[in-house]
Amino acid sequence: MSTRAALSRRRFLQLGLTASGALLVGFGKSAFARTTTQIELIGEDLVKLTGYVMIERDNGIVIGAPGCEVGQGVFTALPMLIAEELDVDWSRVRVIQLPYDEATDIKPADDVMHGNFNGISEGWKLMREAGATARWLLLQAAANAWATPVTNLHTEAGHVVHADGRKLSYGALARMAAALSLPTDPVALKDPRDFQLIGKPTRTADARAIATGQVRYGIDEYMSQVLVAVMLRCPHPGGSLESLDDKEARAIKGVVDVIRIEGPQPGEASAGILAAGVAVVAENTWAAIQGRRALKATWKPGPWQEESSSRLTASANALLDAAKDGIVLRKDGDFAGSRKRARLTLNARYELPFLAHATMEPPNALIDLRNDGALLVASVQDAPAAARMINALSGLALETIELRLPRGGGSFGRRLHNDFVAEAVLIAKLAGKPVKLMWMREDDLAHDLYRPFGMHELSATLDRRNRVAGWSHHCAATPLEWRTPVKQDASTASGCVETDGFPAGLVDNLDRIFHPLDSGMPRGAWRGQQHTFSAFAEQCFVDEIAAQTRRDAVDLRLEMLGASREIPYRGTGGPVFDSGRLANALKKCAELIRWKEKRSNGHGVGIACNFSFGAHVAHAFEVSMEDERLRIHRAVCVADVGRAVNPLGVEAQLMGATIDGISTALRLQVTVRGGQVQQKDFSDYPLLAMADAPDKIEVHIIESSLDPIDAYEVAIPSVAPALANAIYAATTVRIRKLPLLPELMRML
Amino acid sequence: MKNAESPPPAETGKRPAGGEDPASAFQVNGEAFFHSGDPAMPLLWYLRDVLRLTGTKYGCDTGNCGTCTVLIDGKARRACQVPMADLSGHAITTIEGLESNRLHPVQQAWIEQDVAQCGYCQSGQIMTVVDLLARKRRPGKDDIAAIANLCRCGTYPRIRSAIERALVLTRDSNK
Ligand code: FES
Ligand code: FES
Repeated sequence: MSTRAALSRRRFLQLGLTASGALLVGFGKSAFARTTTQIELIGEDLVKLTGYVMIERDNGIVIGAPGCEVGQGVFTALPMLIAEELDVDWSRVRVIQLPYDEATDIKPADDVMHGNFNGISEGWKLMREAGATARWLLLQAAANAWATPVTNLHTEAGHVVHADGRKLSYGALARMAAALSLPTDPVALKDPRDFQLIGKPTRTADARAIATGQVRYGIDEYMSQVLVAVMLRCPHPGGSLESLDDKEARAIKGVVDVIRIEGPQPGEASAGILAAGVAVVAENTWAAIQGRRALKATWKPGPWQEESSSRLTASANALLDAAKDGIVLRKDGDFAGSRKRARLTLNARYELPFLAHATMEPPNALIDLRNDGALLVASVQDAPAAARMINALSGLALETIELRLPRGGGSFGRRLHNDFVAEAVLIAKLAGKPVKLMWMREDDLAHDLYRPFGMHELSATLDRRNRVAGWSHHCAATPLEWRTPVKQDASTASGCVETDGFPAGLVDNLDRIFHPLDSGMPRGAWRGQQHTFSAFAEQCFVDEIAAQTRRDAVDLRLEMLGASREIPYRGTGGPVFDSGRLANALKKCAELIRWKEKRSNGHGVGIACNFSFGAHVAHAFEVSMEDERLRIHRAVCVADVGRAVNPLGVEAQLMGATIDGISTALRLQVTVRGGQVQQKDFSDYPLLAMADAPDKIEVHIIESSLDPIDAYEVAIPSVAPALANAIYAATTVRIRKLPLLPELMRML
Repeated sequence: MKNAESPPPAETGKRPAGGEDPASAFQVNGEAFFHSGDPAMPLLWYLRDVLRLTGTKYGCDTGNCGTCTVLIDGKARRACQVPMADLSGHAITTIEGLESNRLHPVQQAWIEQDVAQCGYCQSGQIMTVVDLLARKRRPGKDDIAAIANLCRCGTYPRIRSAIERALVLTRDSNK
């Protein structure tokens, strides 16, 4: 953290006292927010308060969770960090979700992004500081009360304890503590050896509320006077409404209004709404659904009506065949020269489809626009951007916009985008009433911001001793930016390939070149992003090299990783990548899957490893074909994610991401025909179900005392290549195109 | 008996009415209701929009995801596929109605095994397993593989361990 950031954060650290004598330590320009969120949980007298720590007179401890919980575990793990330093009994802590509040936001410049995935990485210091500062104040208060130096005191489970045995509860000290001024120097944090809660497997803070159906997701928000909106969107990217007959729709009981929403203009930045559409606004969901069904709309196709999956494949192939005019991301040594000297040069081309997010809870947003402010209830992970969007579309001042962030039913990158918030604002403006916009499943699949489509062409040159002397990587893919003209610089590649990704820094002669592919399909962040997108090609290709040179695939990887060292890495998770940590994860994974064991039962084992977001991860699978069906007998995931703050949560993330990876790699793809997405339901986007999921994912978390890294995204990139490599080992069929199963059936 | 059609928001579905045909009544979590609105409306929207029992979730419109699973006369059914017209005389249990004073063993097991990630599919998963365990004292491999509720977060292995745990809890409570 920069000194400037440290100073401004200190200035923001404030405290206050609630009417009931609750001590509040929070971060923000004002500790007293306008919002009344969650008041029912903390009682009448806590209205208008926010902050991270609240201590009630009866020693009740309430900890506020920032960000937005979407299944990545921050609602539990971030408050754990506070509770650790505060020294309170976790079983007595109540966790509440904090609203996003422009007034309490610490800007990204200060290191904190509310609603960022990287909750643990970024909250690691900040949350502990909040807890430690609150504890410091309570200690001072006790020292004053007993007229004794602080050195005579220690804390224990919500109490300050005097060396002579006297005790005062935090609740009893809270009022006094709140009258003190903040420490002038940073408060020392605990020695990690003294951690009691960090590192302890801890259940989801609201597990009971989830299991009893009491948790309110965004979709569960009902308020009086709120109308439900369901939208019919133009199926053609960049298209517009040609004609509309809404007579039947309006005749349906409960339908209040039918509203046309103008589509984005060509060239308009892709942060707003995705498509032109017609919103049916009704008194209840069923009426809105029926109203939409009754609409008779015709659409003017946009410039993309010729687009199709097969054309995209052809265009990507053409770009790779020509292999010129690409954007050079990285050039080390002399790949062309290494080719001349090579004993053998290998090539392979890999293809990845568009992917949807398919969050179990489809996007939704409730918005109430008033003359003097707005309220948004929606699970959004980039709340500052959502606030700015409401501000831009409504003209309401930022500080009058309140954002509540209910638990979200999954994200996988979807809730980083605020297109559905923009739609809700536009509809509410025209309806003149508060509106809850519901996305139905077909909307979700057919109007997503898809993980890019593309191809990777990899070439490796091998020297006389079969060492990889050169590596070239040409990637032709639809960049993350869409609707705007493709930028001809390295930033364009950011969602598809990582400049310093494998094996940069490990191979002397390396080319990495990006060829942007134009498309009308909206694109967006998808779990693991460019890492998931590239690792499939990279880690399959290493296996192909091993097979061609009759080498062991683990040995070859270890040889490429070389001596344990830190290698400069400019991408996410940098500034360095540690080849030793990745080698360790790989070795452990090989050991657990019993890599060296000869299998004569038709089973094949495949492995892959990857560095992303600072985490070093390896996967291995043991598979076989039984009656034309692929069976996954074992699945192993080994991860070095630094210190596991909540090992139970980390295990869940690694397990879940592995299953997501399997699900996606085996069967999922979004295809385009006539410029339109063809998937509309789970029957065409068949998520893995219990029957096909491995009984067990064997997760191994590598012990580490290094700073923690969020586990949500890191355990997906190495899944698809490990699975493809295992299928090759079992069948000798090499699949270079995702999803794997249709290809496997075609090739067998 | 209650008529829950278009209730004022504050009294979700609790408005008594008179004159309805008792044969058209149905029960939700032990309480009797009438529906005088659109008979084609799926039960899912009645539960959510009218009764505000929001533990039953929406995930698709086709019966494919299972987030809307409830018990009808004890059997797991997809509430998005059941029109209101079919409900007369039947008893519906939602996730909110499972628990009376203490947790159902399946809920208890779900908490102990920390199954939920985003949690959105979990009411449906729990209702499906409640039905399964009511039918089978020792569910086999095929019974578990037949659970067709989707979980986008990939909690299947923990669902398996929670089923194991629920079996133990059920046995203990029957002792
Ligand atoms: S909501 Fe998907 S099965 Fe009912
Ligand atoms: S826990 Fe998220 S969908 Fe199952």
